[in-house]
Amino acid sequence: MRKSIALLTLLVAFSLLLAACGAAEETAAPAEATEAMEMTEEPGETEGPAPAAQGGGILDKVKSSGKLICGGRTDLAGFGMLDADGNNEGFDVDLCRAVAAAVLGDPTAIELVPLTAADRGPVLQTAEVDMLSRNVTWTASREAQWGNFTTTMFFDGQGFMITKDSGITSTDEFDGATVCVTSGTTTEQNLSDFFRQNGMSYEAVIFEDTSAVYAAYEEGRCDVTTSDKSQLASVRSGFADPDAHIILDITISKEPLTPVVPHGDDTWYDTVNIVMFALINAEELGVTQDNVEAMKTSDNIKVLRLLGQEGDWGYSDLGLDADALARAIAAVGNYGEIYDRYMGPNGKSFTLPRGPNNLWTNGGLIYAPPVK
Amino acid sequence: MASTQTPLVQKSSIPFYRDERILKIIAQVVSTVVIGGFIFLAVINFRNAANARGLTLTFDFLKESAGFPISNPPIDYDPTMTFGRAFFVGLVNTLLVSVTGIFAATILGTLVALARLSSNWLLSHIALSYIEFFRNIPLLVLLFIVYFVVFGNLPVVKESIVWPGPIYINKRGFYLTWPQLTESGTPFVIMLSIGFVVALVVYFLLRRRREISGQDTYYLPVSLGIVILSGLLGWVFSGGTPFQLSTPVLEGFNFSGGLRFTPEFAGMLLALSTYTAAFIAEVVRAGIQAVDRGQLEAARAVGLTTMQVLSLIIMPQALRIIIPPMISQYLNLTKNSSLALAIGFQEVFSVGKIVINQAGRAVPVFGLIMLTYLVLSLLTSMVLNLFNRRIQLVTR
Repeated sequence: MRKSIALLTLLVAFSLLLAACGAAEETAAPAEATEAMEMTEEPGETEGPAPAAQGGGILDKVKSSGKLICGGRTDLAGFGMLDADGNNEGFDVDLCRAVAAAVLGDPTAIELVPLTAADRGPVLQTAEVDMLSRNVTWTASREAQWGNFTTTMFFDGQGFMITKDSGITSTDEFDGATVCVTSGTTTEQNLSDFFRQNGMSYEAVIFEDTSAVYAAYEEGRCDVTTSDKSQLASVRSGFADPDAHIILDITISKEPLTPVVPHGDDTWYDTVNIVMFALINAEELGVTQDNVEAMKTSDNIKVLRLLGQEGDWGYSDLGLDADALARAIAAVGNYGEIYDRYMGPNGKSFTLPRGPNNLWTNGGLIYAPPVK
Repeated sequence: MASTQTPLVQKSSIPFYRDERILKIIAQVVSTVVIGGFIFLAVINFRNAANARGLTLTFDFLKESAGFPISNPPIDYDPTMTFGRAFFVGLVNTLLVSVTGIFAATILGTLVALARLSSNWLLSHIALSYIEFFRNIPLLVLLFIVYFVVFGNLPVVKESIVWPGPIYINKRGFYLTWPQLTESGTPFVIMLSIGFVVALVVYFLLRRRREISGQDTYYLPVSLGIVILSGLLGWVFSGGTPFQLSTPVLEGFNFSGGLRFTPEFAGMLLALSTYTAAFIAEVVRAGIQAVDRGQLEAARAVGLTTMQVLSLIIMPQALRIIIPPMISQYLNLTKNSSLALAIGFQEVFSVGKIVINQAGRAVPVFGLIMLTYLVLSLLTSMVLNLFNRRIQLVTR
């Protein structure tokens, strides 16, 4: 008798937990367009989500709540960090700000949710964030499981960082090395592939928290640390003695870092995508943060279309206004301006040559469909 | 007749809402409906939410190749193995750190409790400060201090601290010279195990005889002698070399050979056991102090030595009080091992989180993690409850 009571209590507690989770997800992630149809079949579901979701879609939810929930980070200089006043800034953050400026007219109307690498998948799957912009590598399995990847905004590759003292000059000398790496990343998979491919042994030391990875590396727990090269450059810039560390010249993987939106909302996917296109096109057309107002009277028809002065670039179908993209550019600048702000020659965080992140017209890979 | 009839009449006149029997039935039905309905709603809600987000709830992915490394796996593992295997590796790590942690914390905790109860002012106050310090800082903070501050400041590999043994201590871990079983070591192990079993049987038989006859049968030295003798015999049978000392040697980046504790495991073990020991010390102290003072005085009066008082009078009675709260401490230790995530020790929770990410399956993996901890906890309390039942006062 006593045992069955205990068991029952356990069950109740467990179901309470599940119910709480379900309810929380319900409000945090309103029904999306495609699922709304399924839900009407089940009467219990219709009363669930907040009124914002009645029209379906993340765009409507963002508009009615007045803020964009952006999955990001606060621990990586250049990509996602805090400035002296505690504001979020960085390359990834600016992409969110651009979307907020386009949709809400206010680049500060973002709520940035700091995430560890391992948390990124689950928050997308449950649509707890409207948009994820946190050094996410686009892979086939993530595309299938996590959400819809928009446009690659940063072409990166995985590299290795070692201390100068170690005397290592190439990866051929890595056999038996201890490697610090972040868990839940493509990096840790590439690492294992790389060593297997080259028939070398290694000891992995794995942390979930990126800052713990580099703290352990800097303390000497590992001989080598590995991540996307941009991240290594960023982290090295924050070390006590940056010159004591070398990023090896080898690149072992493709890491297309891409903002992601949850599955199942085409309109929202299109919206975020077009904002990204606009940032790239703006650089191509010479529209900058400073001259965006002046450019509205430009004699270049492409510029006029981009800034909503001539023709509909699709805003009416998305439920936006003509000025949306111009606001995004005015808020954060064009692609090159965002890059240079953090990683350019006089960048706030560190300097990283643009390389593949040059415009296609300059021999890089950054290319976007026309906005027209 | 009349006197017996009166209550019958009264009973039938009680309205149903005041009839205890009916009320009890109603209460049963209502609570069943409420709980059942709640569970039903929860399950439905959960299922709908999962369907709406396209989350699959199957466990097929466990058979897929994991593709991610695990640091210093205690059992054979490489990234070509399955997610299921990876999860199991994490489970083994959890068991390793929990079991060793429970032993270490119990021993340390008991010692601290005895020190706390000592009449030596210095000793008891050192114990008091230990308890207050470790009981009042969060375990996570302790973990960070141990791992990043203490272990992180150990010397680099090439400048390792060398202790006699030799034991090498550096940032990469603790390397002990350790006897390793050679190929001819099997007879030794067999002989030793046989000796152990025989010694155990002899121990209980002799002790029982003493309890019946009242004469000392020297059960402890006899059984110890059997173990040592069997060990010596095994040594001879295996040709004198059942073991080979394996000494850590610096090769390339790191030491190899010997017995190694990684900083992650050592940090976890150290923090978990020192932290839990503070709580265990208080449990043990409470148990000892709860034994009536008269017992102690009576035991002294009949002329028992201090050790005899402790082992025959105080401890058996104190254990009855100690065991139940001790179970909670053991469960806490096991569950707290999930904080290992922060310092890179890959137990079941941290591996589970990687699986969630790499396989994209949050719900089944979280279910699996909860189930794992539930089973571990129930097993721990079952074992201790059995033990508890044995040592409870038998009343007739």
